[in-house]
Amino acid sequence: MKKLLKEFFKGIGSENPTFRLVLGLCPTLAVSTSVINGLGMGVAATFVLLGSNIIISLLRKFIPDQIRIPCFIVIIATFVTIVELTMKAYAPELSKALGIFVPLIVVNCIVLGRAEAFACKQGVFSSTLDALGMGIGFTLALLLISGIREMLGNGTLFGLLIAKGFEPVLYLVLAPGALLVIGLLIGGINFLARRRSAI
Amino acid sequence: MNKLTVSPSPHIKSSQTTKKIMWTVVISLIPAGIAGVYIFGISSLNVMAFSILSCIFTEALFLKFRNRDPKAVLDGSAILTGLLLAYNLPPGTPFWIPVIGGAVSIILGKQIFGGLGQNIFNPALVGRAFLQISWPVYMTTWKNPIWWPDAISSATPLAKEAGPHFTYMDLFLGNRAGCIGEVCVIALLIGALFLLVTKIISLHIPLSFIGTVGVITWIFGKDGFFKGDFIFNILAGGIILGAFFMATDYVTSPLTKKGKIIFGIGCGVLTAIIRLRGSYPEGVCYSILFMNAAVPIIDRFTKTKKYGLIKK
Repeated sequence: MKKLLKEFFKGIGSENPTFRLVLGLCPTLAVSTSVINGLGMGVAATFVLLGSNIIISLLRKFIPDQIRIPCFIVIIATFVTIVELTMKAYAPELSKALGIFVPLIVVNCIVLGRAEAFACKQGVFSSTLDALGMGIGFTLALLLISGIREMLGNGTLFGLLIAKGFEPVLYLVLAPGALLVIGLLIGGINFLARRRSAI
Repeated sequence: MNKLTVSPSPHIKSSQTTKKIMWTVVISLIPAGIAGVYIFGISSLNVMAFSILSCIFTEALFLKFRNRDPKAVLDGSAILTGLLLAYNLPPGTPFWIPVIGGAVSIILGKQIFGGLGQNIFNPALVGRAFLQISWPVYMTTWKNPIWWPDAISSATPLAKEAGPHFTYMDLFLGNRAGCIGEVCVIALLIGALFLLVTKIISLHIPLSFIGTVGVITWIFGKDGFFKGDFIFNILAGGIILGAFFMATDYVTSPLTKKGKIIFGIGCGVLTAIIRLRGSYPEGVCYSILFMNAAVPIIDRFTKTKKYGLIKK
C-alpha cells in the first residue's frame, strides 16, 4: 500500500513532470496565459495519460518490443481524438483557445514518457495511480504558472477582475513571460529542494 | 587547457579596480544628467532617484540573501545600472516604473546570473526592455523641454509619423522630446571624452557602432539610395548614449579589439534595420541586447594568437 501511495504522490511532488522532470514544456509555455486554458489543458492531458497508461499496461504482454513506440502512439492518439472531439462538441470556446495544442497532446512527452518508462513494465493498478499522480502534478503546475501569469499579466483570475487600478505586466502574458515564470519557478524549487537535502 | 583565458600572457596588473571604473563611469554620466534635469525639469531628477534607490536596495537585499558581503553594493555597479536605466526612461513617468525597472534590472539582469561579472546582458537594458514590453504606453509618453509651450508631446524625432521639424543644432543640444539621458548629445560627448581620456573605454565599439548606423541609414534613405539623412539618424535617438556608455560595458562586450569591432558593427546593423524596417522607432536597446548574447561566440573566434607559437 505504501508503495502504491508513493507511485501516486511522486507525480505531484518529487517527480513533478513540469518542475522536476521538465517534460511537456511546449503546451505549458503555450497555453498558460489564463487559468481556464491551463486547467483545460491539464484535465485533457490527465485523461489521455490515464487512458493510455491503463490500456498500455493491459496490453504490455502483447505489444512486441521492436514496434512498441508506434503501438503507444496509436493508443495515445485514440484517446487524444476522443478528448479533441468531446471538447469541440461541449466546450467549443476552450477548444478554440487551446487550438493546435489539443491534438498535439499525442506527442506530449509526459504521456509517451510514462508509457515507455512505467506503464509497459508495471501492473494496471500502479499504472493508473502513476497516471493520476502525473496528471494531477501537471495540472497543478499549469494552474500555478497560469495563475501567476494571468494575475500579474492581465490583472484577472478565471477571467474576473481582481484589483482595480492595477497596471498589468503585459510582459508576462506574452511568450517571453512564460519562459521567465517557468524558469524562475524551476530555479526556486531547485533552490528549496537543495536546501532541504542539505539539512 | 585553460578555457578561461581569452588573451595570452603577459597580463599587466594595473591600479584599476572595478570600484574605480564604475565610479568613473558614473561621474562621466553626470553632465548628461544635469542636461536632462535642465531640459525636462525636476521630474527627471525624481525618475533618476527612484531608479538608483531601487537598484541599490534590490542589490543589497540580494547580496544578503546570497550570503555575500552587503558592502559590495558600494562598488558603484548598482548605482551605474540605476543611472543608465533612468537615462533610458522618458521623463515624468510614474514613480513605480523606475522602481520596478531597477528591481528587474538587478534581479533578472544581474543577480540571477551570479552577480557582477557573470551577467550576459547589460542589466540596465534588460530592465528597459522589460518596461518597454510591459507598459508601452508609459514608456512612449514623452515630455517636451520645459521652455516649449505645450508640455506633453507624443513623438520623438525618430517616430515614423511626421512631427515637428528639428535642426541638427536642436538635436545636438537636446532641444527635443526623448529619454532623460539621451537628448543632450553634447553633454554625452563630454562624458564620453572623459572616459576616453581616462582610458576606461576605447573607441572600437562606439565608432564601429555609430559608423555602421550612419552608413546604412545613408544608403537606404527615405528619398532613395545614398540620400539618407545620416547625421539626423546619428543625433536623434539613443545611439550616442548606447554606443559610448552601454555597448562598452566590460562584462557584456568582447575582450579583443577585433571582437569589439565585430560587436559594434553588429549593433549598428541591427539598430539600423530596426529603425528602418521595424515596428519600433528606436532599436539601440534591443540591438545591444542581441549582440550581448553573441559575445561568447565572438570571444571564441577572436582569441588572440600567442606570439611565437609554431603552426602545426
